[in-house]
Amino acid sequence: MTTTLVPGTRRAQGTRRTPGTPHRARRSRGTRRTAVAWLFLAPFTLVFLLYTAIPTIAALGFSLTDLRGTDLRHPLAVDFTGLENYLRLFRDQSFLRDILNTALFVAVGVPMTMGIGFALAVALNSGIRRLRGVFRTVFFAPVVTNVVAVALIWQYAFNESGTVNKVLGAAGFSGPNWLDDPNLAMPVVILLGVWRNFGTAMVLFLAGLQAIPEDVYEAASLDGAGRWRQLRHITLPLLLPTTLMVSVLLTVFYLQVFDEPYLLTNGGPLGSTESVALYTYHQFGSGEFGLSSAASFVMLLLVALVSVVQFRLLKPRA
Amino acid sequence: MTAVAALEDAHMTTDRIVLRRRSVSRPLLYGALVLCALLTVLPFIWVISGSLRGLDEIRSDPGAWLPHDVTFDNFVRLFRTEGFGQFRVNSIVVATIVVVGNIVAASAAGYALAKFDFAGKRIAFGAVMAAMMVPFTTVFVTQFVITVDMGLADTLAGIALPGVAMPMSVFIMRQYAMSIPDELLEAARIDGASEFRIFFRIFLPLAGPAVATITIMSFLTSWNNFIWPLIVAQSMSTYTLPVGLAATSQAAAHVTDYGLMLAGAIVVMLPVLVLFLLLQRYFVQGIAGTGMR
Repeated sequence: MTTTLVPGTRRAQGTRRTPGTPHRARRSRGTRRTAVAWLFLAPFTLVFLLYTAIPTIAALGFSLTDLRGTDLRHPLAVDFTGLENYLRLFRDQSFLRDILNTALFVAVGVPMTMGIGFALAVALNSGIRRLRGVFRTVFFAPVVTNVVAVALIWQYAFNESGTVNKVLGAAGFSGPNWLDDPNLAMPVVILLGVWRNFGTAMVLFLAGLQAIPEDVYEAASLDGAGRWRQLRHITLPLLLPTTLMVSVLLTVFYLQVFDEPYLLTNGGPLGSTESVALYTYHQFGSGEFGLSSAASFVMLLLVALVSVVQFRLLKPRA
Repeated sequence: MTAVAALEDAHMTTDRIVLRRRSVSRPLLYGALVLCALLTVLPFIWVISGSLRGLDEIRSDPGAWLPHDVTFDNFVRLFRTEGFGQFRVNSIVVATIVVVGNIVAASAAGYALAKFDFAGKRIAFGAVMAAMMVPFTTVFVTQFVITVDMGLADTLAGIALPGVAMPMSVFIMRQYAMSIPDELLEAARIDGASEFRIFFRIFLPLAGPAVATITIMSFLTSWNNFIWPLIVAQSMSTYTLPVGLAATSQAAAHVTDYGLMLAGAIVVMLPVLVLFLLLQRYFVQGIAGTGMR
């Protein structure tokens, strides 16, 4: 069978193999193909059911009960409590604060990440040749770094007597202990997120820019459109689908932000950097599985809502 | 998505772009790019210089940019630290399970989605998309309960299992498989080869680039994964490198032994960075193709 890689050669002889009437043959072949396809899909389906489908439904179920960490051995002993967990959530000042924190992550993180990614993509796409590959490699490198490792670097650099304050000191300022200050911790945490993500935005924008046909620019150029006008009237409108994709992607990503605040501050100081995901984790850690599930389901709804709204807002103009 | 194709075209279009845009003020552009590049690599400079400074030096002058006396003492101490060798082995074992799982299970799923017409295809594809979109935050509590129920808490299998058929890999393979002509598979089918033979002997060898992308992306995801191993691993015997590093640094928070921690950070980051420098194309394709990490 290893010799059959030349397409078409054996087809003529092979077509008559299936017995029975053509109709029945096609039908049974279809059933067989379905069986084979699902066999190929079996491992994925199993993992999907076990780790995505069942957990999502169960999260909804858990969120309506008073399940606690200590109940794990007797899951049937828990009580159905209806919307009690959700009511508790929205009466919990720390949860409301965490929603605001998460909104801040999104409101600052997404535009910054997209802005930097877009600017770099335009710069790298503007016809420079020398060092182009080097720049791309450098700007993309943060994406593949390990967040635990980078968080350590951040802590080292933003320490009270760390590298950053050394620079500030040289300029005559006395730097604060960044991560211990309720007002300054958040910017430092967001900065880590932006540093880790702008490379992804850049690569996606670069791909989008390169898909714009060159003739459009040539025509605009002949009509006397300058660089800025080209950017405003050609690049930005034609890049809209990419912009939409990147913004949804990043918004959904920052909505779920966990690693950066967990590692840098564990949500502190005074909860000023605790995100919704981190709240979920902390409730889980203290055994409040029901409350944690309710919070995680609010997260699912937020993610779904953002995706739908962003597509609605940006689609008609595309 | 079309992003991959666009990247492939990148090299072809660069020449024309050069012709078009000569008028930018080059020195300004390069100046800005170099500045951005320096800001981007700053953390890498800090980690390297910090890891090469001795314990006393870091204590007396924590914020210095460069070491006075270069020493590898931190790395020596790191490799003598209890558990560190185990963390490395655990990370490698988990990553191996994940990569092999993705090459077989996720490739098979992507192949079926691209090359078979069958009942339930739309549902199956919907499952892939759903698996990509459901937040980890929503599912981790139940995932943990299920892991405990299967007796896999605090085991490497429990850490690896959710990652063995990543939707991202399925998606990459599906996109690639659609570009492979049906005739090649049909010819073997007519010759009487079984579907599994066709998949392993004909399809997978042809899908080399996609397999490479899947291997790299799943390795990256597994190696860098933090929350899930943090939840499942409950003793030092199952800590992966990131969890071990985080645990060690939190335990040592008051000691401020930054040299040791930064040496650890380098050991965790290095394999992926080296792979990235060697195989950049696949990383970029993997992320551009699916838009996720």
